[in-house]
Amino acid sequence: MIRWILIAVLALAVGATGIWGYQEHQEKNAILVQAENTYQRSFHDLSYHMDLLHDQIGTTLAMNTKERLSPQLADIWRLTSEAHNDVGQLPLALLPFNKTEEFLSDIGDFSYNTAIRDLEKDPLTDGEVNNLESLYDKSGEIRDELRKVQHLVLENNLRWMDVQLALATNDKQADNTIVDGFKTVEKTVEGYTEGNLGVSMTGTSNKKHEYQFLNGENINKKQALKKAQALFEVRDASDIKITKSGDGAEVATYSASFHKAGRDGYMDMSVKGGHPLSLIINREVKDPGISLNEGMNKAEDYLKDLKMEDMELFQSSQYNNVGVYNFLYTQEDVRMYPDSVQVKVALDNGDVLGFTSRDYYLNHKERDLPDPELTAEEAKDKVNHNVKIQENRLAVIENDSGEEVLTHEFLGVLGDDTYRIFINASNGAEEKVEKLQGAEAKFDDAV
Amino acid sequence: MRFKRTVILLFFTVLLVAGMPSADGLRPVEAFSPQVIQHGASGEDVIELQARLQYLGFYNGKIDGVFGWGTYWALRNFQYEFGLEIDGMAGTKTKQKLEKASEYDKGFVQEQIRKGKKFTHYGGTPKEQQVKNGGKEQTGKKENEQKDEGTPAEPTAVNVPGGFSQNDIRLMANAVHGEARGEPYEGKVAVAAVILNRVESPTFPNTVSGVIFEPRAFTAVADGQIWLTPNESAEQAVLDAINGWDPTGEATYYFNPNTATSDWIWSRPQIKQIGKHIFCM
Repeated sequence: MIRWILIAVLALAVGATGIWGYQEHQEKNAILVQAENTYQRSFHDLSYHMDLLHDQIGTTLAMNTKERLSPQLADIWRLTSEAHNDVGQLPLALLPFNKTEEFLSDIGDFSYNTAIRDLEKDPLTDGEVNNLESLYDKSGEIRDELRKVQHLVLENNLRWMDVQLALATNDKQADNTIVDGFKTVEKTVEGYTEGNLGVSMTGTSNKKHEYQFLNGENINKKQALKKAQALFEVRDASDIKITKSGDGAEVATYSASFHKAGRDGYMDMSVKGGHPLSLIINREVKDPGISLNEGMNKAEDYLKDLKMEDMELFQSSQYNNVGVYNFLYTQEDVRMYPDSVQVKVALDNGDVLGFTSRDYYLNHKERDLPDPELTAEEAKDKVNHNVKIQENRLAVIENDSGEEVLTHEFLGVLGDDTYRIFINASNGAEEKVEKLQGAEAKFDDAV
Repeated sequence: MRFKRTVILLFFTVLLVAGMPSADGLRPVEAFSPQVIQHGASGEDVIELQARLQYLGFYNGKIDGVFGWGTYWALRNFQYEFGLEIDGMAGTKTKQKLEKASEYDKGFVQEQIRKGKKFTHYGGTPKEQQVKNGGKEQTGKKENEQKDEGTPAEPTAVNVPGGFSQNDIRLMANAVHGEARGEPYEGKVAVAAVILNRVESPTFPNTVSGVIFEPRAFTAVADGQIWLTPNESAEQAVLDAINGWDPTGEATYYFNPNTATSDWIWSRPQIKQIGKHIFCM
């Protein structure tokens, strides 16, 4: 009897230990994942901040006035501190990474000193501009190296926890691609010596406001269904599901969706006026049969069918076998940057696969355009003289404080980069300087 | 009867002869396809365009097969110098002028691209001097390369939306795949859009990685599902979201009503349901 009790108690103890052990194991794993995530975040943040830092320095090169330069330099200062912080979070203590950190603090010092200086009285000297140029080159190299490491980390699912272990145990066998990568980054920076010492996200950060310019009568579900059917090009209306948006929506919409024969579609249209705000059709797209240019014509026709007049192509990009087109509304030949519409076209047969006009309906109205007080020539004078201006026109943009302003838009080249620069047409202020992004080299998987 | 046979024979001979030049790659005149090439395009025609512009000294960038700003200005300068209409597009007239004025060594260019070498294509300089050593290591890759022969070379660069790198896109695709792999396509775009809406929102971190790795923000991150390899539809969805598509109507939260454990999330003003997820402000 006692024996059986003993066995039962022991069995219970073994079972309990097992459960306890399993829970401990689970907890340990959860914590490991969390620690890993913290490292990953710092790492990806670091590479993002280096990306941004490089762009910001590049943009600085094309700026001219104090009103833009000082905040820009302050932003660079902030970014270096962020990047420095990110480096500090990574388990690199055992790795010689001090050159990179020194480089970051050099940029930091430089940008801080120039940002707080009165650039009106005491503008950037040639030496400082040269210095900025070399910082630009160097930060570009670091960015590229970091991107390579980042690509490898993502491609091969490398773990920072393993790096930590490898570094701690000095294990040569362990996969230390990350360590090697960082050593390369470090080497890149070494080329930069102290003797040398002597710029934003492109998307317009729209201030949120109401959709004031949607017009028309409210439509009902039936009408919405009819519209959706036409836009989806679906024969049988019963395949389409329609729902109305909830209380949280900024603007009341009908959402329509269908899934049939390998094609999925989803669209939002405003209840007021029944304007399509966004449309996605997903299907397999075959190899390109038409050019980006023909795709553009299809996109233009589509906009015409939707009764959107005076739309002008502002940007087109080919992503594998789809073309994405960005159109702007023009009024009296003035581009309205806030009124943008994007159209996505399949380049296999020219079907429109997507359309989004939220920005357009958020901002679009007929505007009272003032006459520009500055001529293009006068405005050109306000642009950094190192920038070779190629094109100019008038445009309305939303400035940093979220107001719409009439500007002279200039497209210019400095070094290998192209910039878009906006000069206020009434007071000559440098409203915005953007470095335009080019293509990015593919990664060589053979590395 | 005999006549018929001769005709058939003749027919085959013609076929053979006609087929030959392209078969051994010695086609004397290499020319563009009839498309109009414009800013943002990518592919073989762009490689040829860049190579020809470089031959004439207008284009000094890398021949990477993507029509970027460097190519745009080079083309405009060419159009200006040759008295054509300056529109920055390679239409029929421009291409004809280019073909007349320049030479394009297709074999050379494609070979260098396939081998991943750094090279240029200037006129008047011997080809050997225009290739830098390095690039892809030859060892162990031989088999692959031989297979590549004959297939047209791919562009060595890709278009990326402004402000994002391929890695940013990949990281987002990882998150979208981990969070919404069973969802319809619009549900994936919606999750990607929420990540972007959070980046823009003042109450969330300001970077994509900051938003994704924010503690307790996404379950796929907490349980490690984010490290599953994303499929193509996840990457497509991310690209759509970055390019401006937002099926959620600017939502910053979403949850699965069947598995949500927090009461708080139900108190958020809801916008809509897409697939299994409810999106809210």
